[in-house]
Amino acid sequence: MIAVKQMVAALQMQLPVNRSALFLILLMVGLCAATVVSLGMGGVEISVGDVFVHLGQRIGVTEVGIDAFDARILDSLRLPRILRAIVIGAGLGLAGAVMQSLFRNPIADPGIIGVSASAAFGAVTMIVAGHLIMGSYYAAFGPYGVPVAAFGGAVLATVLISILSRQDGRTDAAIMLLIGVAINAIAFAGVGVFTYMADDAQLRSLTFWQMGALSGNGPTDMPALIVMVLGIAYLIRLGTPLNLFLLGEAEARHLGVEVEHLKRRATVITALVVGAAVAVSGIIGFVGLVAPHLVRLATGPDNRYVLPASAIGGAIILTAADAVARIIVLPAELPIGLVTGIVGGPFFLGLLIVEKKRRRL
Amino acid sequence: MTLMAHKADFKARGRYLLRDVSIVVTPGEVLAILGPNGAGKSTLLKVLAGELSPSGGTVVQNGRPLSSISALDLAQERAVMPQAASMTFPFTVFDVVALGRAPFRKVSTRQFDQKQVRRAIELADITHLQNRAYPALSGGEKQRVHLARALVQLWGMKDATGKSGASEDDDPTSAARFLLLDEPTAGLDVSHQHAVLALARREAKEHGVGVLMILHDFNQVLTYADQVAILTAGEVVAQGPVTNVMAPDLLSSVFKSPIRAINDPAGGVVLVSQSA
Repeated sequence: MIAVKQMVAALQMQLPVNRSALFLILLMVGLCAATVVSLGMGGVEISVGDVFVHLGQRIGVTEVGIDAFDARILDSLRLPRILRAIVIGAGLGLAGAVMQSLFRNPIADPGIIGVSASAAFGAVTMIVAGHLIMGSYYAAFGPYGVPVAAFGGAVLATVLISILSRQDGRTDAAIMLLIGVAINAIAFAGVGVFTYMADDAQLRSLTFWQMGALSGNGPTDMPALIVMVLGIAYLIRLGTPLNLFLLGEAEARHLGVEVEHLKRRATVITALVVGAAVAVSGIIGFVGLVAPHLVRLATGPDNRYVLPASAIGGAIILTAADAVARIIVLPAELPIGLVTGIVGGPFFLGLLIVEKKRRRL
Repeated sequence: MTLMAHKADFKARGRYLLRDVSIVVTPGEVLAILGPNGAGKSTLLKVLAGELSPSGGTVVQNGRPLSSISALDLAQERAVMPQAASMTFPFTVFDVVALGRAPFRKVSTRQFDQKQVRRAIELADITHLQNRAYPALSGGEKQRVHLARALVQLWGMKDATGKSGASEDDDPTSAARFLLLDEPTAGLDVSHQHAVLALARREAKEHGVGVLMILHDFNQVLTYADQVAILTAGEVVAQGPVTNVMAPDLLSSVFKSPIRAINDPAGGVVLVSQSA
């Protein structure tokens, strides 16, 4: 982080753009670098040079391609997987940043207020009890059943949280956060119950939902990924209204924000993004918490920069974590939720310790 | 063009917090709201700011009912200085003041915004704090930050020096602006109390702003306000020009504490309260 800061300062001397905008550009460059490096990593090593040649050939810059076997690995395995990592990482990072502003609480995260857990609960319900609930339609609904149920779980949880925290037409952000924590506990209990009931084959799919994986479900992921991209495009532009929100809800209203409208829109769309992410990849924790916090160290709290930077930062984190997950236990792969958890948990602890020191007089 | 509450009620759980309140904030004048704790002063301010909708009666700003004006249009016509707002994210003082320019982000330029912000920071006497993190400030310092934020919002597209920045302000039919201050002197030392009140009065007298402020000090009301409304148990018991309303007998009965007027050797009278 310090190295990045110095680099930003050095570049700023020569270029007429402000610090935070420059940081965004650097992050973009970082994301491209992470993508290229990650493309080369895995069971089959492909050199960075070959990756460039292959990408060049695909967009028509060069005529000659690379070895057909390597090309197929890149095209059908790694590229789609990394695209998933980028979209999901961006969605989770951005969702975390938006929630932290919405709840005016730096520890808010889709994982903490129960949206992710409810999505997993939806998925698990469908895996274990789907054939009971839907009977003969289960087969017809096929591969869409589980992602749709995950999505439904996330939306249901969000609606429930908003309704329960409403009083006299307003919502209290602090109560909303606590209600989310309660929903989280209930959803995890539900996941536990179904895990207890599941048979061996079902248990394997359950593990996927609880620990996260980017291997994807082929073309059935497309609707969810499109929802995420649209959601990201909406949320990323909320910088100024969310800055005003940080002053307080009454103050935001005095400064021209339709507060209830913003709160409802932003929560629902955040839930859609998170629900879609869980539908594709299961629960991947801590990206939503870690990405915005890391980014704020460089940009400060201004959401006009924090939101896009969290999206790009989340994409970088997930791309890198995925590369690690693919090579660390070859020939198998580690569930990606474990990788982010192993790094994210200690990071969160460190954050709390810094926060504790900051409060010292 | 005024900001006006007409026979406004505000009811919560069957209890009247405001009952049949009619007051007018007139451009170019300072209206003080005075009353014991729990009289409904802040509720009245919230109703006038559009934060709470009245359960009966109407609130009208520049001829339009408040409920029909969008939050953004409202924000371009009136600014509110709240009692210290809490914010845990470490924005700098400069950035917090600059948030007051948000209602004009579509029509203003970066240079103009920065000029307004610097001017407000100077007037609120927080120049030495402008790069500090807001959460680390003391209560009184935070108050002054919010005053500066309200000022840059109030000025809108008008140049802070009083000259018109945008041509619309030359138009005499253009909407009047209002400044609502909720206990602006709370937490401030004596010299800053006077500085804040003088700034608010200057906005009224020099720029034709309609100012409403909730105050507790009788002598500040005498010095800085033109009109005063006295609120008790949600009802207005007296209102009118300051010199007519600020009578020791009335104040003594409203505040249930003996209050006397003493002739000031320097001229005028001073109101003092003494424990019985």
